[in-house]
Amino acid sequence: MAYPANYRYTKEHEWVNAKDGVATIGITDYAQSELGDVVFVELPEAGKKLETGKSFGTVESVKAVSEIYAPVSGEVLEANPALHDKPETINSDPHGAAWMVKIKLSNLAELEKLMDSGAYETYVAAKGKEASA
Amino acid sequence: MRYLPKSPAERQEMLTAIGAKSIEELFETIPEKYRLHDALKLPGPLSEAEVIDYFKQRAGENSLGYTSFLGAGVYQHLRSVITDTILLRGEFLTSYTPYQAEISQGTLQAIFEFQTLMCQLTGQEVANASMYDGSTATTEAVLMAERLAGRGRVLVARSVHPEYREVLRTYAKNSGLHVEEIGYTKSGTVDAASIKSALRDDVAAVVVQSPNFFGVLETLPGIADAAHGVGALLVVAIAEGVSLGAVKPPAEADIVAMEAQSFGLPPSYGGPYAGVIASRDKFVRQMPGRLAGETTDTEGKRGFVLTLATREQHIRREKATSNICTNQALCALAATVHLTLLGKEGLREMAEQNVSKAQFAIGELEKIPGVKRAFDGPFFNEFTLEFPRSVRMINAELLKEQIAGPLALGTAFPELTKHGLVCVTETTPRTEIERFAAAVKNILSNPL
Amino acid sequence: MEKMNDKIKKATRHTNQNEGLIFEKSSPGKRAFELPPLDVPKVDVAKTLGAQHRLDGVQGFPEVSEIEVIRHFTRLSTWNYAIDLGMYPLGSCTMKYNPRVNEFVARLDGIATEHPYQPQELSQGCLKILQLLEKCLLEITGMDCITLQPAAGAQGELTGLLLIRAYLEKQGNARRKVLIPDSAHGTNPATAVIAGYEVQNIKSESHGQIDVDKLRDLVTEDVAALMITNPSTLGIFEERIPEIAEILHAKGALLYMDGANMNALTGVTRPGDLGVDVMHLNLHKTFSTPHGGGGPGAGPVAIKKFFEPFRPVPILVEREGGKLALEQVRPDSIGKVRAFGGNFGVLVRALAYILAYGPGVRQATEDAVLNANYIRKHLEGVYDLPYSLPSMHEVVFSDAKQKRNGVNTMDIAKRLIDYGFHPYTTAFPLIVPGALMIEPTESESKEECDLFIDAMKSIAEEAAATPELVKTAPHTTRVKRLDEVGAARKPVLRWKPASHSKAAD
Repeated sequence: MAYPANYRYTKEHEWVNAKDGVATIGITDYAQSELGDVVFVELPEAGKKLETGKSFGTVESVKAVSEIYAPVSGEVLEANPALHDKPETINSDPHGAAWMVKIKLSNLAELEKLMDSGAYETYVAAKGKEASA
Repeated sequence: MRYLPKSPAERQEMLTAIGAKSIEELFETIPEKYRLHDALKLPGPLSEAEVIDYFKQRAGENSLGYTSFLGAGVYQHLRSVITDTILLRGEFLTSYTPYQAEISQGTLQAIFEFQTLMCQLTGQEVANASMYDGSTATTEAVLMAERLAGRGRVLVARSVHPEYREVLRTYAKNSGLHVEEIGYTKSGTVDAASIKSALRDDVAAVVVQSPNFFGVLETLPGIADAAHGVGALLVVAIAEGVSLGAVKPPAEADIVAMEAQSFGLPPSYGGPYAGVIASRDKFVRQMPGRLAGETTDTEGKRGFVLTLATREQHIRREKATSNICTNQALCALAATVHLTLLGKEGLREMAEQNVSKAQFAIGELEKIPGVKRAFDGPFFNEFTLEFPRSVRMINAELLKEQIAGPLALGTAFPELTKHGLVCVTETTPRTEIERFAAAVKNILSNPL
Repeated sequence: MEKMNDKIKKATRHTNQNEGLIFEKSSPGKRAFELPPLDVPKVDVAKTLGAQHRLDGVQGFPEVSEIEVIRHFTRLSTWNYAIDLGMYPLGSCTMKYNPRVNEFVARLDGIATEHPYQPQELSQGCLKILQLLEKCLLEITGMDCITLQPAAGAQGELTGLLLIRAYLEKQGNARRKVLIPDSAHGTNPATAVIAGYEVQNIKSESHGQIDVDKLRDLVTEDVAALMITNPSTLGIFEERIPEIAEILHAKGALLYMDGANMNALTGVTRPGDLGVDVMHLNLHKTFSTPHGGGGPGAGPVAIKKFFEPFRPVPILVEREGGKLALEQVRPDSIGKVRAFGGNFGVLVRALAYILAYGPGVRQATEDAVLNANYIRKHLEGVYDLPYSLPSMHEVVFSDAKQKRNGVNTMDIAKRLIDYGFHPYTTAFPLIVPGALMIEPTESESKEECDLFIDAMKSIAEEAAATPELVKTAPHTTRVKRLDEVGAARKPVLRWKPASHSKAAD
């Protein structure tokens, strides 16, 4: 799966799609393939304040739970209601329909610190080599 | 030794295959000075007959031949011999936790049936596969409520079993939970007015037991409404599960913590028993303990698996809903077999017999001058009596009549020094109830 | 396609009974059990209980006959594997033989019938059993005193940590952290959190042992304890444990030992001698009490003398004339971790086990270590051995070789089922990716060990030549691999009348 060119990415495999001071956040295709079949997602309610680097939710497969870390800080406007009934969307469409939260950005400058799609692809490719070494 | 399937020749063969000259070589990683040279000083070895003899002798030094009127969280009920027939099947007795579902379908289906029976009994939507006992189930239910409500205060009725409250205190001390006790009224039920005035939006849970420790049935709807009014959860503990055969289940409760000992488990001097947590579907992810779920295999056949395991310690580690690993599976199986045998009519009949026996007993005892019921609330198979003198002294005399008398309440409730808790079940013969009443009357008619 | 072949010697396919849920066999009017008639006047229950009365019993409860109950559970039992059928090579579980005499004595009238609140004059037999078990377990562990109250290992761990907290608090500072190795069992960190401590992970060194240098840096006066498993979860003896104890003690911290692996130590060495301050035992592991599909167990906690005042109540004491009693009040006690005294029925079984062995219990330990090393010797080279220090009662391989063909530890475990065995422990400890953790215990004969070795060798060959066969195993069981994802996404956790599928076999 291709990594959308206009998104930004973190080392913990979250993606951010920022527009007009609002950021949509999710986890990447690499993350979902590492997790396996997703069975449950726990997301914050609207109004919750996210702090960069801190966990704001979890994604569960049958055998593991992963924290989701805030790539940027801001206030939650909305959590994706569709993921409650269909957590498997994270596996099938991680960059699109499986967005997790929309937040109001508190510091646009934070976006600059994140990787662009090229850098993220390189990062993930290196991880792939590491795993099969 | 009969438990070791090796001959000396085989041991030697295996050592040779390993390339070791002696078994001592395999322990060389233990520093010399810490390796024992002498055998441990332990009694034995005993043959099978000698093992049996040792325990038979101990059994003879206990209460055989005495009639007991004790309840207080542990109850004598009829048990079918079939329960042990099933429990002693090696495939149940000696099998492991059903992590490998394909070769544990027997255990998993039995757990699924147990979970179903517990829901039916308690009027709740989902139940787990067992906790250690009623006291830890109650504690875990409170911790679950704390997680769900995100608050730190808990109101617990004093009419909840004293040991359940003590266990809760031990766990609460370290989790930052603030536990407050609420007194009881003269009807023997929790003081609902006190609950209402103590309720604020910092309360996670209100905890009551029904039938309570005094044997009295609590009135739940008012308490439930009050708790829910401030966003707190109602936790109801049940120590005598047979009551559910005749008493309405606590459907108003958000979480039920039940002791399943009454369902086919012998008293066994304190354990093993089985606790259960039953609750609403929406709370299931915060529920501790194992859960068996129905699913299908790759060929579409129905099967069962342990599920929602991400709540548990082996995956969640420090963020787990509980640290529980080994539970009380075989005890839960005993309860499943027992309840299946009793069935709908059998449990109802058993419960109704308990009610009749208890009414008869209190009738006989209240005829004794100076003896009266302490509380006027409705009860199931246990009731609290007030006596004209210390229960301990009465019990000392009763022992001479081969009777283990009522539980003296004075230690746990210093304001109830002359009070005793009497339990009768379907197993207490009428003649024994009459003999007990006659003995008490006789004791009380003699001067101190 | 027939998935059994000549290499599978321990098991054969056989016709096996189907059985639905008991609720599916239910029909009003059937009874499986009758009560003796009431010998007191029958009361109008509805009137007596008033608004609390449950009309018409429990809805949905099964109504079946006695023979249906017998057939139901007997059929279900035949779908299970069990120790009575063969080896469970489960690492860290110590699935040894559950002696049947233990079941007999636990059920004796005068043992099973006793009420925990009955007068102590009527309980001397029970109290003597407890006293003797305490003495035996102290002799085995080399500790000073013990509590038999905890219901399982995890509860024992909690009790141990609460004792540590109480002791340190009495000294003026409960401290904040507990150090836990990354190889530890999941109950360790889960328990530390419940005890109110922060977990600090300590990474194992290259041989899978505790990194003593790192430990030296990490132990400050903010650390309450280190939780160690010995032998480690790799089955390797922590040789430096006395040094580890000294490092901790120098800073006023304590050494907690998870006793899950006592099967490698009983009769050979004693944790108390090694510097351990507090430890728990798993009676359902080392001391043969049955697992019963997941429990009950018992997790006694053995301690050094300085912990004595903090023990959970009640405390067993001996009074004048040899009379035994339970004392309920101790001012510094941590309280109770569960109601009543403990899983007495489990304690009885453990004592019966110890009495059967007597001082010869060391032989069991020796056979356990012999079996594990025998298996290790034969499988070295067939499976990757990530840590090569000598093994005690268990050995940990990895699936690294087989992974090259896409076959992982879970697949190998599932294929082992076709060979007539229960799988070993997969994917634990966490420090070995793709772990195969194998503990045969002393209960396995040379024959059973050889069958296991042959099976594992055959599967390794299959993983190389016909990996698909292994990846889609098991092939010979009643049910094939189950949809765990579906079970977690849409949990169905109980039977319901109308909505329930009568599907199945």
